[in-house]
Amino acid sequence: MAVVGIILIFTFVISAGLPLFFKVGPYRFLFGMEWRPTGGQFGILPLILGTLLVVAGALVVGGSAGVVTAIFLSELCPQVLKRTFKVVVELLAGIPSVVYGFFGIIVLIPFIRSQVGGSGYGILSASIILGIMILPTVTAIAEDAVSSVPIDYKLAGLSLGATDWQTIRQVILPAATGGIATALVLGIGRAIGETMAVLMVIGNAPQIPDSLVKPVSALTSTIALDMAYASGDHRTALFAIAIVLLLIITLLLISIRLLHARLGSAE
Amino acid sequence: MASEVKFEKVDFYYGAFKAIDSLQLTILARKVSAFIGPSGCGKSTVLRMVNRTNELVAERTRLEGRVLIADENIYDGVDLFSLRKKVGMVFQRPNPFPKTVYENIAWAPRIHGVKRTDELDEIVEKSLKRAALWDQVKNKLKSSALSLSGGQQQRLCIARSIAVNPEVLLMDEPTSALDPRATARIEDLVEELKADYTIVIVTHSMQQAARISDSTAFFLSEGAGRPGRLIEFGETERVFTNPSSRLTEKYITGRFG
Repeated sequence: MAVVGIILIFTFVISAGLPLFFKVGPYRFLFGMEWRPTGGQFGILPLILGTLLVVAGALVVGGSAGVVTAIFLSELCPQVLKRTFKVVVELLAGIPSVVYGFFGIIVLIPFIRSQVGGSGYGILSASIILGIMILPTVTAIAEDAVSSVPIDYKLAGLSLGATDWQTIRQVILPAATGGIATALVLGIGRAIGETMAVLMVIGNAPQIPDSLVKPVSALTSTIALDMAYASGDHRTALFAIAIVLLLIITLLLISIRLLHARLGSAE
Repeated sequence: MASEVKFEKVDFYYGAFKAIDSLQLTILARKVSAFIGPSGCGKSTVLRMVNRTNELVAERTRLEGRVLIADENIYDGVDLFSLRKKVGMVFQRPNPFPKTVYENIAWAPRIHGVKRTDELDEIVEKSLKRAALWDQVKNKLKSSALSLSGGQQQRLCIARSIAVNPEVLLMDEPTSALDPRATARIEDLVEELKADYTIVIVTHSMQQAARISDSTAFFLSEGAGRPGRLIEFGETERVFTNPSSRLTEKYITGRFG
């Protein structure tokens, strides 16, 4: 069933989007600086850049916080508190993304507008919101990775007179690198695919930004916004963007595979 | 420098459960002492008191009485990190770090402040030689320790412990995961190492205790939920040929446990 579904989606999206690749030319589509679909300009570089910047920002915010939370939960947190914290993290995963978007508009954007500058809408806001959104994914998988490191390693480290922190940083974390990398890549995947919350705080201006508080557009948010009214080539272009998204996600998944194969053979 | 380990009227608790009752025992320096007894008798708990690792595997542990290493009470305001540096430990299952052979040995000296590469090289070579492993691994110091055989891994763990110059070496059933040949190697090694360290070995094998130890301590608990007690301690030969307690005799002749 799943395989059939995937094949159908791929075939549909590719057949709907591919014509534009040929009409505009792959190079001018992917690296064109201007996205003005109603004026016949189909360069999606600003969108790709917007997505990449926001995802990178989310990784800095949510990736590091997620890994730190994972270490805390599996190594340092007292048993009693662990349950509570885990429920909180799971709750974070269950909040609908539109609510995150709301939070962004009501709390984060005014804060950034007054403290950092700009309109508040833009890369920085989207990165922070996305960072919070990928936190549960990263935390859950990284926590699995860290706590699956045999306790023997920890005991060995501590009985050599090392501190907790030395043991965690130099023995446990290196042993969990593969799992932590997987957690981060899946976090990236989640961040790339997220649409609604990003759409609400990113500002939706398809431009090449020159600062972190500039509004930009992302691949997903553009599809969601434009789909409502797009027709003709514009509509086809949105499907072509979807092809790019599918490619990026596929590459990410392949990279996880390769990562595992490489780490697996190293042991 | 090897040190004597002394237990003075020690009671040990896991939460409300009393695991060890009024233990009185002196472990001599430069000797091998074996702890024997059936499962659940508390022998591993006593072993882990010496480097205070019971506290790492269980919450709410409590000790009454005194445990002295070289006349210093290790349960009275002692720095845990320098204590654990002073007391090496070898575990039941070989547990080398998933690092290179070299890094396994160099790691602990480095965190304790040895920075210079030539000094670390020397420690690595000396420790591996001391653990009778140098000849087998000198050409693969940069390979993963996990590529070694089980017996080699266990000797690597011994080398890792002695790299920080401990005074006491604790071994918790160090050969139970090894085949007979690897076991014999470890036993030979223990005999050699006792010249420099106080060695305490927990073992399930009475033959092993008889083969390698100078003195033997027999522990027994009178049933689940009851504390473990030291029944008898003395020279190994005497304990095995002429035990003073009928309980010891019953255990070593295989009638219970």
